[in-house]
Amino acid sequence: MTATEQHGAPAAFGPMRRKEDARFVRGRGSYVDDIVLPGMLHGAVLRSPHAHARITSIDTAAAEAHPKVKAVITGQTLAGLNLAWMPTLSNDTQAVLATDKVRFQGQEVAFVVAEDRYSARDALELIEVDYEALPAVVDARRALDADAPVIRDDVDGRTDNHIFDWETGAAARTEEVFRDAEVTVAEDILYPRVHPAPLETCGAVADFDKVTGKLTVWETTQAPHAHRTLYAIVAGLPEHKIRVISPDIGGGFGGKVGIYPGYVCAVVGSIVTGKPVKWVEDRSENLMSTAFARDFHMRGEVAASRDGRIRAVRVSVLADHGAFNGTAQPTKYPAGFFGVFTGSYDLEAADCKVTGVYTNKAPGGVAYACSFRITEAVYLVERMVDVLAYRLGMDPAELRMRNLLRPDQFPYSSQTGWVYDSGDYQRQLALAMELAGYQELRAEQRERRERGELMGIGVSFFTEAVGAGPRKHMDILGLGMADGADLQMHPTGKAVLRISVQTQGQGHETTFAQIVANELGIPADDVEVVHGDTDSTPFGLGTYGSRSTPVSGAATAVVARKVRERARIVASAMLEVSPDDLEWDGARWFVRGDPDQGKTIPEIAFAAHSSLELPDGVEGHLDAQTVYNPPSLTYPSGAYICVVEVDPGTGGVKLRRLVAVDDCGVRINPMIVEGQVHGGLADGVGMALMQVIAFDSDGNCLGGSFMDYLLPTAMECPSWELGETVTPSPHHPIGAKGVGESATVGSPPAVVNAVIDALRPYGVRHADMPLTPAQIWRTIQGRPFRTDLAIT
Amino acid sequence: MQVTVTVNDTEYTREVEPRLLLIHFLRDELGLTGSHWGCDTSNCGACVVWLDGTPVKSCTVLAVMADGRAVRTVEGLERGGQLDPVQQGFMECHGLQCGFCTPGMMMTARWLLDRNPDPTEAEIREAISGQICRCTGYENIVRSVRWAAGHSAPEATEATEVTA
Repeated sequence: MTATEQHGAPAAFGPMRRKEDARFVRGRGSYVDDIVLPGMLHGAVLRSPHAHARITSIDTAAAEAHPKVKAVITGQTLAGLNLAWMPTLSNDTQAVLATDKVRFQGQEVAFVVAEDRYSARDALELIEVDYEALPAVVDARRALDADAPVIRDDVDGRTDNHIFDWETGAAARTEEVFRDAEVTVAEDILYPRVHPAPLETCGAVADFDKVTGKLTVWETTQAPHAHRTLYAIVAGLPEHKIRVISPDIGGGFGGKVGIYPGYVCAVVGSIVTGKPVKWVEDRSENLMSTAFARDFHMRGEVAASRDGRIRAVRVSVLADHGAFNGTAQPTKYPAGFFGVFTGSYDLEAADCKVTGVYTNKAPGGVAYACSFRITEAVYLVERMVDVLAYRLGMDPAELRMRNLLRPDQFPYSSQTGWVYDSGDYQRQLALAMELAGYQELRAEQRERRERGELMGIGVSFFTEAVGAGPRKHMDILGLGMADGADLQMHPTGKAVLRISVQTQGQGHETTFAQIVANELGIPADDVEVVHGDTDSTPFGLGTYGSRSTPVSGAATAVVARKVRERARIVASAMLEVSPDDLEWDGARWFVRGDPDQGKTIPEIAFAAHSSLELPDGVEGHLDAQTVYNPPSLTYPSGAYICVVEVDPGTGGVKLRRLVAVDDCGVRINPMIVEGQVHGGLADGVGMALMQVIAFDSDGNCLGGSFMDYLLPTAMECPSWELGETVTPSPHHPIGAKGVGESATVGSPPAVVNAVIDALRPYGVRHADMPLTPAQIWRTIQGRPFRTDLAIT
Repeated sequence: MQVTVTVNDTEYTREVEPRLLLIHFLRDELGLTGSHWGCDTSNCGACVVWLDGTPVKSCTVLAVMADGRAVRTVEGLERGGQLDPVQQGFMECHGLQCGFCTPGMMMTARWLLDRNPDPTEAEIREAISGQICRCTGYENIVRSVRWAAGHSAPEATEATEVTA
């Protein structure tokens, strides 16, 4: 607990132990797979072994004859209900269960409902599917070839695998700067496909009550309200008869935003059998079929002056979206917020073209703490700045320092139209360099290079744009990105806050209580936070893209201020003065000039429920509601420095240090902020050095288990070194910015830049992630390989 | 097959399929859902419980292998109404976020501290190296175990107050 005092009331912001931990440390969390309903059945999904194949027949007779099987559902069953296909979050369609073809390995083909989970799995083995294998599109760079097989021939008239072209910036102006520039550099940079792999896989328990017509679905979802609306639209069920509950969630990282076929199958299974149906995928199903992330094939170019002034950045991107365009992002942004690829620098011009293509891989595309593709944008620009530093022979930290936006340039309109709210970048980078002992590290590096040792120092600086909406510009399937908050004040001054966002570990039950406590001068322990149940929370778009604090945190502050203003009127009746004569001191409304005359929120709350005569037009009680439509995004930033050592004999990387100085504006609970940064740093290390979902030439997924898809353990992670600067967001009610994804965005370029810096004696300017020992060894030999394809 | 397993000092006898995994026995047969299933391949450690005092990954142990033996799960960490210092440490040091890996991490941590009451950071990292956390970057898990190392287990401290 914080010990600081503010305006005579306990300061509510500060490190506070989490309320939710009491149940978790006792093993009393309630995750989807923990939910057991009377008579509940279990579902399992039959998946395609092929990446691309035509289904010639499905025989379910043997499975249906299994004594414990209650139902077998195929694409044909669903077609009869008009549910074989469902809309994706990007206005495409996705097969719930395949009817014509399978389009990626692991695609859903049939669903079995049985009395227990083992029998359901047994019955999958009894389903006979005949496939006619088709050539697969595995390499995104060949997806638009004239002879490439057409994946989405379910769409009339489609003759290629092209999804979209998107452009931002000014091509002609950028070309002018490039023509005129003293120095230009270019590099092909791959951000390979990865998977967020939350420790809890995806699952659902669906319970359709035929008598009341009410459908209740417990789901691993980051966006329960959006799911409810989509179920209403897709299945034609009345929305008030649908209740989506997102209970405790074992990590999301963006992988639990969309609706998966398994959820729909569980719902159909419950409707068909009249019993509750549980479906929980296994790890391979999770890695092979749920939302992947990244898969951006980028070419970056930078124009600069000889003395290191960055003038323009140009990017072209080939985006691999898999077999269905299922990215979860605001509708008008098919490449997410990749438009912030101009980074934290003041440029003369910028230009970007993105082309999205279908391949025979799992759908998804925006997931894994990426802030809607900002991860890719930051990786691109921060890699390119190092490529430029290499070319110019300049220190990469000095090059950045020379080009970072200055504090007096905020609010800053970027060349691609993003308005950065606030920042103090030079101070932030200087602090990171001081914490790291940057000059000493460079001196050590010089000495060690003379001894033939490979030591690398990597720098990255990033700015994120998080907290979508405003809803005028940002919606998902027509649903504007604004979020509600309701605050109920009980007579004794205890509060219940209901919010639309849902925690997957972010600690909302604690931090959102702290926001209310800060506004009303009551203890955070007196505020109960209700979330994750559409029947008891206001509508909103959910938790992803670091939007909870920027949007719902703001909604919470605003609704608490509404309560405070209502309390002012009641207090004026209690004290028999005009509301205009009252002042708020952080815990009480008191009479101006007579501070002894005052009332606390609990005192006022009781009076508001009492027989006290209230002014005309005042209804009584203090409860309030709001919907917060953010005026703009918030722009957190970070300066990261990584130190590595590389073994030239094995290509192995030892991560020695990772220094992270984050600025997320005002910190509500610094303990939780730091915890989120820690987690993101580990994620970034994983992506830089270990994690990739690659495919062989037949489209077989090579990252389908934790034996193959390597995640960092405590052994690969150093003890993180954190620092902070605080530049409040000028437009957020409490000055906060989102931070949940900052470290995942900022750390991969820091780690990769460090490894490439270590390899400088070999003349290496770039190599693609993950920088495994094999990739580093091959890079040293001058033969780096395509990490997204099977090593050949 | 019939198995008799003592879980958290209570004896349970159940009729089970020979192939039933211990994690499913604990979760589905006994309703002890504190231990989690995460990967199938013994990589993530969300399912770690003690079998006769030794941590095992219960997703790769058959329930029948636990016949006649003693299992301790996260539900059995609390003793006499008092949290184990490991549980307290995870709360004090923000050693968990989503909470899914936490039970397994805490079972390994208690086992480590019983054998090595004052482990170094490196020893803690090695002890949990067979387990995956996707939220914390491990830093605060290590701190939580260090915190617990400085606070005695409840059996030894029933007469004294464990302070936060």
